[in-house]
Amino acid sequence: MITITVNGEKRQVDVPDDMPLLWVLRDELNMTGTKFGCGIAQCGACTVHVDGAPARACQTPVGSLGADAKITTIEGVQGKAAKAVQAAWQKLDVVQCGYCQSGQIMSAVALLTDNQNPSDDDIDAAMDGNVCRCATYIRIRAAIKDAAQTMRA
Amino acid sequence: MLHHLIRQAAASGFPEGGAVRPLTMLAAPSRRSFLKLAGAGGALVVGAHLPLPVLAAGGAPAGIVGPADPRPHAFVIVAPDNTVTVLAKHLDKGQGIVTGLATIVAEELDADWAQVRGAFAPADSKLYGNHFFGIQGTGGSTAIANSWDELRMAGAAARAMLVATAAARWSVPAGEVTVAKGVVSHAKSNRRFTFGELAEDAAKLPVPQSVALKDPKDYVLIGKPDLHRLDHASKTDGSAVFAMDIRRPGQVTAVLARSPRFGGTVKSVDDTAARAVPGVLDVLTLPVGVAVIAKNTWVAIQGREALKITWDDSKAETRGTDQMLADYRKLAATPGAVAANKGDVGKVFAGDVTVVEAEFTFPYLAHAPMEPLNAVVALNPEGGCTIWAGSQFQGVEQPVAAHILGCKPEQVKIETQWAGGSFGRRATTTADYIAEAVTVAKAYGKAPVHLVWTREDDIKGGRYRPLFLHSVKAAVDKSGALVAWQQRIVGQSFMAGTPFEPVMVKNGVDATMVEGASDMAYAVPNLAVDAHSPASPVTTLWWRSVGHTHTAYAKEVMIDRLAKAAGKDPLAFRLAMLKDHPRLAGVLTLAAEKAGWDKPMPKGKGRGIAVHESFNTFVAHVAEVTVNDKGHVTVDRVVVAIDCGRVINPDIVKAQMEGGTGWGIGHALRGEITMTDGLVDQGNFDGFLPLRMSDMPAVEVHIVPSAERPTGAGEPGVPTSAPAVANAVFSVTGQPLQSLPFSRAGLV
Repeated sequence: MITITVNGEKRQVDVPDDMPLLWVLRDELNMTGTKFGCGIAQCGACTVHVDGAPARACQTPVGSLGADAKITTIEGVQGKAAKAVQAAWQKLDVVQCGYCQSGQIMSAVALLTDNQNPSDDDIDAAMDGNVCRCATYIRIRAAIKDAAQTMRA
Repeated sequence: MLHHLIRQAAASGFPEGGAVRPLTMLAAPSRRSFLKLAGAGGALVVGAHLPLPVLAAGGAPAGIVGPADPRPHAFVIVAPDNTVTVLAKHLDKGQGIVTGLATIVAEELDADWAQVRGAFAPADSKLYGNHFFGIQGTGGSTAIANSWDELRMAGAAARAMLVATAAARWSVPAGEVTVAKGVVSHAKSNRRFTFGELAEDAAKLPVPQSVALKDPKDYVLIGKPDLHRLDHASKTDGSAVFAMDIRRPGQVTAVLARSPRFGGTVKSVDDTAARAVPGVLDVLTLPVGVAVIAKNTWVAIQGREALKITWDDSKAETRGTDQMLADYRKLAATPGAVAANKGDVGKVFAGDVTVVEAEFTFPYLAHAPMEPLNAVVALNPEGGCTIWAGSQFQGVEQPVAAHILGCKPEQVKIETQWAGGSFGRRATTTADYIAEAVTVAKAYGKAPVHLVWTREDDIKGGRYRPLFLHSVKAAVDKSGALVAWQQRIVGQSFMAGTPFEPVMVKNGVDATMVEGASDMAYAVPNLAVDAHSPASPVTTLWWRSVGHTHTAYAKEVMIDRLAKAAGKDPLAFRLAMLKDHPRLAGVLTLAAEKAGWDKPMPKGKGRGIAVHESFNTFVAHVAEVTVNDKGHVTVDRVVVAIDCGRVINPDIVKAQMEGGTGWGIGHALRGEITMTDGLVDQGNFDGFLPLRMSDMPAVEVHIVPSAERPTGAGEPGVPTSAPAVANAVFSVTGQPLQSLPFSRAGLV
């Protein structure tokens, strides 16, 4: 049994140490908001936060996380940055197919938690690891700026 | 053209299923009538009922023959809880169609947008057939165009029934009852009802046989720029459910080992190690591949890696893409099947003209939707099955699944889910991944099966936009006018060998590979287009905007070379040849004006233009690029103009132009699937390189106001985006970009 802390709750899972957190969340805990996109940390659809920092769940062996590591998923993300980001995403109707957006939002929340006035280069650096095949990038950029403004206000 | 052909093909039936009935497009709204059905829980359920005509020779509607189908179309449900649910017969794979369809109903119903919900209709080609195709399915940017009449009428009929119910309760003339924002009112007596308060009684009324539709000047939702998508909240908090997220009781996960070479088959399997992986439940060798069934996805993938399979490559493609292109080049030196022939190009080329020749090459391209292909299939105890999938061609998938299971098509239920992208990939002529899932579920038999493709399966698994080679030769005369155009297109037909072939491939020409070329809009007195369709086991498929992905590129890049040869401005050169095409000229002029076409660009920067019609929609792009000292290209700004008739939701059209532009440019920059000795060289997003945030240019979208019937916006943003960029680079460097992707030329 492995114990992990997801969205503030201790969860026990009977899986091997090397099983990626992605599949533990999706298949063992039925938390399907975190998405499988590539499996090799190239698309960012599985982005979660581990102790506040963005991490690709598909390349995070569940055994590498301590029982007290704070894992946050799209289902549990909250706070000033999360609120601002999700509101901006809806205000600007960022989504198209929506499949990548959990990961996009988790990356954006991590960016804005650290930096409430990101430049275009900062946004590129923080978001280039998150692929959107619908190419909603223009609106993602605009929504990040909108959320940043909300947070600064 | 595509719409028409798919409809004819569907009418010819699917041999696998044998049970698909044609449903032709009805041109005359007067033939429609309305039915209702008593909904559960006292809901008012209304649909525009389309009587089924028979298909006359030549495909023209023959009128109503025999009694109308007794079942109603259920398009709108007004429930006692005051919600209005619009049933979408089309898949929403990001293009926003659930929102668009709901808007049409809500407008005629005078619903409040906040009470409107969207849901996917069940699979039933008779009730929910795409009128362009004859079967239920989404594609060819047809969804709005084909739903426009029936949904307006469904909304208006439901409204009339609510009004009649309120009028009866108040004992006032129906003419004194008004509806606005979901409230039914009688002004004189200051009384009002919500829709929910009327729904149960309204459901008892007969459905009106004719309804008056709104005058467009009274629209309050259609054309409104700030109407939000119905899926924007659920896709922002992780709660939207995709097929990948379906979890049925007892569900197991399957992955398939498929031949690494296209056309290869299983020779022998040693599954000892795979079966020893804890959690692997079964290994099944099936015609579709070797299925590893496991308690979860991770274990299934581990199990597959432990398989030892020997493949039989005797019928497989063993060439590399370089070899295939060399073979295509040889073919291009010989005449192909004729797609267009007007005048005498040979005579013109022999005369006193300036001739420009070019070879264009286009790589195989994967669709790579963000949600890898997957479907959940549960066998039903009474026979048949239920499929949960991002189902795009229900009208193919239902009969194919029925054929596999040996049941009736109506015993196959499809629960369509939000799809994580498609770009054409989910609409196949053979129901491929869904057929796989049904095959595995049938063979396993013990539990619902979730068949999951990994990203590697997707990138290496084919159904690519075909590899193409175009050989183009054109001439301008002394006055600088285009006088001859000869084009030979070589590439695989993805219709050959499918149930669509008899209709889609005529005289050796697959209509979907020459569209946009054989019907070129530019005025040219001599035009010859022909095609070769060499066969290969490499599987191919339409890809967002189908033939226009390559034909528009070759045409528009060639036009800039010809304009240069003629000493003309690329915009003026085009406009002079579009006198008979006002809507193309319209978008071209609008894009040029908004981009400031007349303003000179600084050194190292360039501007390019392109225009094209696809799916009855007209789009022009102007791209601005920077070419730096090292010859590297950055796309800085893109201006798009679109004319897609009346616009239902301008913000969604804008989003589709942004996304279509990104799709077109992204693949032009770095997108390619190559093969060496028949093995695909790329395996994931580290090899098949997607457009990323830092690549995305600023995009400005301008929509031509129009009262024409609405057309589509999902695909038409793609064709002109890449050639506009190529022409911008050409304006700086003088080097035409004729071999895609641009990374091949070291530009990115």
